[in-house]
Amino acid sequence: MTVDLKEKPALGRVIVITSGKGGVGKTTSAAAISAGLAKQGHRTVVIDFDVGLRNLDMTMGCERRVVFDFINVIQGDARLKQALIRDKRLENLSILPTSQTRDKDALTKEGVEKVLDELKQEFDYIICDSPAGIEHGAQMAMYFADEAVVVTNPEVSSVRDSDRVLGLLSSQTKRAESEGADAVKAQVLLTRHDPARVESGEMMNVEDVLEILAVPLLGVIPESQAILRASNIGTPVVLDQPSAASRAYEDAVRRLTGEEVEMRIAGERRPGLFHRLFGRAS
Amino acid sequence: MKLFGFARKPRRARSAETAKDRLQILLAHERSGAGRGGEADYLPMLQRDIVEAIRKYVSIGETDVEVRMERGEQMSSLEINVELPAQVGSKAG
Repeated sequence: MTVDLKEKPALGRVIVITSGKGGVGKTTSAAAISAGLAKQGHRTVVIDFDVGLRNLDMTMGCERRVVFDFINVIQGDARLKQALIRDKRLENLSILPTSQTRDKDALTKEGVEKVLDELKQEFDYIICDSPAGIEHGAQMAMYFADEAVVVTNPEVSSVRDSDRVLGLLSSQTKRAESEGADAVKAQVLLTRHDPARVESGEMMNVEDVLEILAVPLLGVIPESQAILRASNIGTPVVLDQPSAASRAYEDAVRRLTGEEVEMRIAGERRPGLFHRLFGRAS
Repeated sequence: MKLFGFARKPRRARSAETAKDRLQILLAHERSGAGRGGEADYLPMLQRDIVEAIRKYVSIGETDVEVRMERGEQMSSLEINVELPAQVGSKAG
């Protein structure tokens, strides 16, 4: 097993899951995407950046096993290896929980960088679950990102906040500040999509949202009962029984790793147009 | 219609029940802590003290003591693993 690790160096790709607006599905998506990546065999770690309001542990179902956290590691009270919680379902998936008691100012740029650098040595994908808002915690979650998944609901305030976050990704990140570096690769993940309401004209469709935000689409996650169930039982939706939502997340994960997967959206009238305009295949 | 609703109910209720149970266990622990959710805050210090105590007798590194916790409804367990250097013996748990 250790031989395997030595043979294949870790990819060390940092991906932030962000949105600006709260309640759009960041933590659900961070859990589903990290579990999906691990399921495909990638060494994956998911970090909770929401200091003081720890919730990733519950979504992942490891809330009873938290001993040390991200802040303990940053402040030198515990080593990274001790704070990482190994998932009981997938051995190549780890969770780094945040502190429930500390202040978000405990997240220092230097501390975060040090932890991420150490994780890059061992993991292919490092998923940073951002807090809502655009304050310090959210800035720290996005600062060192190579890629961003902007979770958006087809709803006006969510799209507006996503646009704001896309602006920050292109200006307030390490990649943006480093001359000659590629920009953070940002993609939209549309969640809580309801084909029936799109069809009846009550909800903006995928094209509408992409036209406004003008970034590529990573996936469309339908509104689904499977999401609440997965959260109730503490299982990432892709590890629970198959559903439209789990299939949509699995497709999104495959796109994230560079695979070309056809966009399947139930109820959209012209699924080809946005693909031609914004899809990575075009 | 009603029949379908009836047939589906138990399945849904089960995951909601799981959610409630998980929350009750977690929140009972978080509320009982000194600060809000401060329960585990003593663990880094406990770990440091254990390392120091063992070092009086055996030379161990700071990474050789591992602390794990599993919280339950009635009781929680604290698991402490100490790895001793090879000359002294094998492993102690």
